[in-house]
Amino acid sequence: MTVRVLVAKVGLDGHDRGIKVVARLLRDAGMEVVYTGLFQTPETVASAAVQEDVDVVGLSMLSGAHLTLAPLVVEALRARGSDVPVVVGGIVPNNDVDDLRAAGVAAVFGPGASAQTMVETINELVAART
Amino acid sequence: MLGSELVFRGWPMSQTSAFDKWCAAYDAAPKRDAPFTTMSGVPLEPVYGPHDGPHPGQYPYTRGLHAAMYRSRLWTMRMFAGFGTAVDTNLRFKEIINAGGTGLSTAFDMPTLLGLDSDDPMSLGEVGRCGVAIDSITDMRDLFDGIDLSAITTSMTINSPAAVMLAMFVAQAEEAGVERHRLGGTLQNDILKEYQAQKEFIFPPRQSMRLVRDTMTFTAAEMPKWNSISISGYHIREAGSTAAEELAFTLANGFAYAELAREAGLRIDDVAPRLSFFFNAHIDFFEEIAKYRAARRIWARWMREHYGASDERSWQMRFHTQTAGVSLTAQQPELNIARTAIEALAGVLGGTQSLHTNSMDEALALPSEKSARIALRTQQIIAYETNVVHVADPLGGSWFVEELTDELERQAETLFAHIMELGDGSMLEGCIKGIEENWFQGRIADSAYELERTFNDGRRIVVGVNDFTEGNDDADLEILRITNADERRQVERLDDVRRTRNEALVAEAVTALTTDALDPEVNLMPALINAARARVTVGEMMGAMVGVFGRHVEVPTL
Repeated sequence: MTVRVLVAKVGLDGHDRGIKVVARLLRDAGMEVVYTGLFQTPETVASAAVQEDVDVVGLSMLSGAHLTLAPLVVEALRARGSDVPVVVGGIVPNNDVDDLRAAGVAAVFGPGASAQTMVETINELVAART
Repeated sequence: MLGSELVFRGWPMSQTSAFDKWCAAYDAAPKRDAPFTTMSGVPLEPVYGPHDGPHPGQYPYTRGLHAAMYRSRLWTMRMFAGFGTAVDTNLRFKEIINAGGTGLSTAFDMPTLLGLDSDDPMSLGEVGRCGVAIDSITDMRDLFDGIDLSAITTSMTINSPAAVMLAMFVAQAEEAGVERHRLGGTLQNDILKEYQAQKEFIFPPRQSMRLVRDTMTFTAAEMPKWNSISISGYHIREAGSTAAEELAFTLANGFAYAELAREAGLRIDDVAPRLSFFFNAHIDFFEEIAKYRAARRIWARWMREHYGASDERSWQMRFHTQTAGVSLTAQQPELNIARTAIEALAGVLGGTQSLHTNSMDEALALPSEKSARIALRTQQIIAYETNVVHVADPLGGSWFVEELTDELERQAETLFAHIMELGDGSMLEGCIKGIEENWFQGRIADSAYELERTFNDGRRIVVGVNDFTEGNDDADLEILRITNADERRQVERLDDVRRTRNEALVAEAVTALTTDALDPEVNLMPALINAARARVTVGEMMGAMVGVFGRHVEVPTL
């Protein structure tokens, strides 16, 4: 089964270099990747994830709003009855990782995370779910 | 100490050769009070090379803009800062000035950059995080409180709402008693690269270009010391382009603004001297230096030969440089001090007019006060300890650097030809078409991906990331934390403004702005300044214009 990933930018953060590169690297690893574009809200991300029936949601966050916005995406998904894991990548200080995990984020990829790490983690999350 | 004037005493001043002209310009230029020798006392010429070639300060300026370069004046050490509320950032500005910073550069937060008020639902979690939150003229006043705006130049890194921010800046300065013609500074106002790279756009491209036109004509007429646009390759490079793409796309955008001004009836020589540039200083040392040299030469040639500029100042590309944020690592962040020093040195050897050095903690957060000070001190080490500032264009004449300069110019010309073709002979149209067709965005994303693959498969090494990782588990740096308390304080500040202003004046100003926006011939600056005085907020002004201009939606592509 091909792993399906929704990669998303939530809020006002326009930095899209990372998300586009990661999307292609995930594709290179054989995953199907959906990208919904800039300036999404937690609600639009959650509904796209449900509609596209993805296995993982990946949020790219570089503006410092991760502690506010990532938990809202998790909540919006759960409110729709989806247990799809949410992973976050971007500028996330180590100190914030525990808070994100507590808010239901399954994994955090900080600056410099390799494609291999991301692919392995996503595959493990998908395997654990099924 | 052997003064450099002595070195040239006795040369015949015939004013015929390039060298004679350079000698005269050099002698006429002011000099800093410094010993222009090596540390061991070897006297240094202000420049080295053949007498017949173009010298620093001479067209096409490959070797630098000024005859005496940094012997006259060091670059401006312009540190970019902004976080929390205007009051917080004002304190940081004063620290920068006290630490020897010679210019101010304002970083705005995401809501401000996207024209939203701090209490907008979309602003949640973003207020004051990436920069300072500005909602109204009150914030602008507090931002510059106690800073003499006629004595220090101010740069504002803002694009979509640039006209609004300029209006607020002018209005608050005039309320503080400084007339607009005395204000010196720079508005980034480079909307083309927003669609291409940084992605902080609001209106569709063509409507945005009208606001750029309005700020250019307004500043040309009323603000003689103001640079209307800082054409920025920095973000193009940060978004993943190659050095040649940074060079070509930035200059193409510059040509597009020049064409826009010409269409608006301005003379090229009234506009070009007010355009300044902003480049990245990435970690590839020689390529960056070649890029700056090529940039000056291309701009000079195109301004003179293609656009018919006759004022020397139109040919002279002045630029600011910032070290590459994207080259910084979260792993072993102290190593970023070394990276930044190397990048900053490239900017200086490339002849930059001003420089921002990134702080070691910026792969993690906004800089702490200490890390920002170290970054500024890095510039001061280059300026005052290394003696690299004594000789202009010290790498000119290196076979390697000269060839790399030529190669980057060739690559840029190929890209210009493509953009011109997209625009049927117009660079302005080519830049807009290239955006609408996702051509720039696609090229930049492709280059970013190709580079990332070389890191991922280990062909390129990043110290601390894919090799030399011992030490990665050391204790974390103390970083600056922006809390939601800052957001709440800013929303309270905004509430105060809304409570105490005259709503009738607000409504009148917004209506006038909408009316003016509907007529594409009208310059919007007077209506915006009027609105700023009436305490209309950024979000309200931008909202009124969105009502007329609409919103740009980027088609998501991978």
